[in-house]
Amino acid sequence: MLTKRIIACLDVHAGRVVKGVQFIDLVDAGDPATQAERHAREGADEIVMLDITATHEGRQTLLDTVRRTAKELFIPFCVGGGIKSARDAEEAFTAGADKVSINSAALANPALISAIGASFGAQAVVVAIDARRDPAAKDPIRDAQVFVHGGRKPVGRRVVEWAREAEDRGAGEILLTAMDCDGTRAGFDCELTAAVSESVSIPVIASGGAGTVAHFAQVFARGKADAALAASIFHFGISTSRSLKQQLEKSGVAVRLPC
Amino acid sequence: MRVTVIDYKAGNLTSVLKTLHHLGAETQVTDGDLSLVGSAERIVLPGVGHFAATERLDSTGLTGAIRAAIAHGVPFLGICVGMQWLYAGSTEAPSQPGLGFFSETCTRFPEGHEKVPHVGWNSLEPLPGSRLFAGIEPGEYVYFTHSFKGPVTQDTAATTHYIEPFAAAVERNNVFGVQFHPEKSGATGLKILKNFLEVSR
Repeated sequence: MLTKRIIACLDVHAGRVVKGVQFIDLVDAGDPATQAERHAREGADEIVMLDITATHEGRQTLLDTVRRTAKELFIPFCVGGGIKSARDAEEAFTAGADKVSINSAALANPALISAIGASFGAQAVVVAIDARRDPAAKDPIRDAQVFVHGGRKPVGRRVVEWAREAEDRGAGEILLTAMDCDGTRAGFDCELTAAVSESVSIPVIASGGAGTVAHFAQVFARGKADAALAASIFHFGISTSRSLKQQLEKSGVAVRLPC
Repeated sequence: MRVTVIDYKAGNLTSVLKTLHHLGAETQVTDGDLSLVGSAERIVLPGVGHFAATERLDSTGLTGAIRAAIAHGVPFLGICVGMQWLYAGSTEAPSQPGLGFFSETCTRFPEGHEKVPHVGWNSLEPLPGSRLFAGIEPGEYVYFTHSFKGPVTQDTAATTHYIEPFAAAVERNNVFGVQFHPEKSGATGLKILKNFLEVSR
């Protein structure tokens, strides 16, 4: 049976794992390669590494980190942050990434999605969408808006429509972050996740708000997510992917166990 | 152990090479040097993306060289599209023939309630006697990402269920194929690749 994936996310800044609340107040959470290896050992199904403050100078640091992290990692490994061209993506793949996550660069140049997919396959292209409900809209879910620049700037596009376009252009997966939930540990945005998941045929990874086992069970059932991503709940020894999955299995969610 | 890895520009070889090195194999990559196929101890053909990309195997002469190596008993492993290429072809690119080592054709998962592509960790049911799956228990998980798949036949070495049962792996004599990505499938995947590296000629 196809299982729901638990994805451990490492937000990286200047070569270190960090964690913040709604993308601010960053706290040091360790070395990326060490953390990735630990997550894999503790049962994560996949690792996502996002360079959250990617700059031109930072890209070389990121590639070194990717190389070091990928060396002994034998589960899928996705890298994002600062990937603006097919050439940047190629460098990440050569350094050992299996997938790249693109966000603002895809919005600025949607043809980038198919450009990367043409050389490396659709499965290697994850389009990340930072989403916020629009409380002023008649339908806050259907009209949820896409944001960029760490959730600070709206781009004037609806989330569901952009996800569909990304799929049409050859994205392999959607990584959907509900900005209002991110870092709060108060639960995923299940309604928004379901709206996106039902609109596309590619997998949707839910992100933002993971705090309890019940939150994961909800986003898989009600949110129709194919995978769920979490960062802060794993970082300080609160829980491991394995213990999370053992508890999810008891509530009837298909997960990869033993792992 | 030296492994010749075929590069036909269908995706990224880094993960496969890295995993083979981790298992103690030496690798040599060829995108058209047929002598590296002729002298190969084992051959791995990875590949992701569109079946049409396998046209490059024909235009470079690699198809003929691989066919000859297989006939000489060199162990061969196709991964993902590399497995599909072992069949007569795929409905993904009907005008592009495969190797035809297995006579069937790969087809797309049927449309319905489930998402296509099939992406993620799914369980294996290895069939008795498979050399590739020696020591692998029923229900162990491996990582898939694909929309096309081969049918279950007498050459199937392991099945997986998604929408319907399909061939997670094929095996006949020295020819092996896996639809999943062993290089991305944790300890189970490493064990399967190790079995391939240790299979006797």
